[in-house]
Amino acid sequence: MTVLAVTEHRRGELRDPSFELITAGRQLADDLGGELHLAVIGGDVDGYADQLNREGVDAIHTVAEGEEFNHDIYTQAVTAMAEAHEPDAVLMANTVNGLDFAPAVAGQLDVPLVTDAVDFDASGTPEITREQYGGKVETTVDIEADQFALTIRPAEWAKAEGTGDAEVAAFDFDLDESAVRSTVTGFEEVGSGDVDIADADILVSVGRGIEEEDNLPLVEELADALGATLSSSRPIVDNGWLPKNRQVGQSGKVVTPDVYIAIGISGAVQHVAGMKGSDTIVAINTDPNAPIMDIADYAIVDDLFDVVPELIEEFGGEAP
Amino acid sequence: MKVLVTVKEVAEVDDEFTIDGLDVDESYLEYDLNEWDDYAIEEAVQLSEANDDVEVVTVTVGPERADETIRMALAKGADRALRVWDDAIAGAEFLDPGTKAQLLEAVVEEEDPDLVLTGVQSGDDAFGATGVALAERVGYEWAAVVNDLEHDVEANDSSVRRELEGGVEELTDVEGPAVLTIQTGINEPRYASLRGIRQAQRKPLDVQTLDDLGLEESVLETSVDLTSMYEPESESDAVIWEGSADETAGELASFLRDSGVVEG
Repeated sequence: MTVLAVTEHRRGELRDPSFELITAGRQLADDLGGELHLAVIGGDVDGYADQLNREGVDAIHTVAEGEEFNHDIYTQAVTAMAEAHEPDAVLMANTVNGLDFAPAVAGQLDVPLVTDAVDFDASGTPEITREQYGGKVETTVDIEADQFALTIRPAEWAKAEGTGDAEVAAFDFDLDESAVRSTVTGFEEVGSGDVDIADADILVSVGRGIEEEDNLPLVEELADALGATLSSSRPIVDNGWLPKNRQVGQSGKVVTPDVYIAIGISGAVQHVAGMKGSDTIVAINTDPNAPIMDIADYAIVDDLFDVVPELIEEFGGEAP
Repeated sequence: MKVLVTVKEVAEVDDEFTIDGLDVDESYLEYDLNEWDDYAIEEAVQLSEANDDVEVVTVTVGPERADETIRMALAKGADRALRVWDDAIAGAEFLDPGTKAQLLEAVVEEEDPDLVLTGVQSGDDAFGATGVALAERVGYEWAAVVNDLEHDVEANDSSVRRELEGGVEELTDVEGPAVLTIQTGINEPRYASLRGIRQAQRKPLDVQTLDDLGLEESVLETSVDLTSMYEPESESDAVIWEGSADETAGELASFLRDSGVVEG
């Protein structure tokens, strides 16, 4: 009984989900009564293997093909590894790159795939906990199969620590070069600009609840009155109402201000990933069940169009 | 060239709701075109507007109610639409990404598109896996979470940007035929014009059954079963300021002053 967890790195560094995969992988291997193996593919695999050799890891298989993530190489390598070692579960991270190769691995192995697990219990029939409808409900799905693939939500499991004594070995397989039909040509940092929201002590952050672009001056005025910096959740940037450098979240900036005032932000998991480290989180939202309420320290359950003008007035400003 | 866009009608849940068995009670659900798919449609329509002889075909798996959604895609400029459904699919308890990919595989084999665009994920069950699973099944190349696309129609190759975490984008060249999963923000989806909505009524909307697609009912058998749905226990220990807007704003103002982060 084995769990094979596929680690991630980018531009020479292992990513946090790799260490979270060790914790989740150990939990899954304990449920199933077996070993935890890691796959490390591309780049400085030996250096990565050293760092990943933490408590709970039984074996690390390295594949020195390519420098960066390439889904064609990852899919082939993980499929070959799974065929050689026959793990009960292939565990991957529910990251952008995880979603770029996990479904292909599941397809190649002809095993079921469940994505974005926030919890699981595999002591009997594997039961996976997920969220649906933007986090408003939780579901469980059962997997009735001898072998399955699973991706786990980043930051739901702690990063593994401690030093391990895993056996590290190169895994040899014949890469089919003709099946590598995508080529990563580079990376680009985006979203830099005149303001770095990561530097702000207080952020006034606006979300979909603002409804339309014409209402933005309201929160801009509040930010001015408070001496705060204006930031936003993804839909505001997608709509072109604010530039990319204002976006807080998984694909934007991670921020850790003293106070984060979330206005009309429901708290999608991708957004929360970028702001949950704030010292104090204040939510203004009409929906008392919005996911943002789970991480807020203080909340006002009311219409932002009623509350924000009052707040502006409190600080000597004038609502537009 | 032919572009196939997969779309989904998704359910959105009211602020207050109850759960009935394995789903939210129907009376608390509102249906709409999946947000991510809206961007995929726009990308395909822009491709057809910028090049000669690009046909945009859109497909959904869903009941008759979903005609409204797919007509929205037609109103925005898709040329024709397919809807896959029959009693057997209606009776299936849970369509996991593997099952959906098999249904769409049959459509891809029938249509033989040069490019398939899908949304990154659906707003309701959010598996985020159907596009890549489909690519693997039909032997197409793929790229997930694309937020910029330049497509060379002659060569059928794409240069894409993939939106990674933390404000980093990956630049990738993808050989066609390919499946690209489209991220929100890649473009500005248009509103359907009244003229477009009128025209959509006249465009072909073809309903295909499993039988039409040459599939057996066994395609619906899956080893992934939805077994429960419940409201998560609130982890909130937030202090809720209550009262009128001026009272709650006053509480927040006092907090900001008392904590010293705001002067004045």
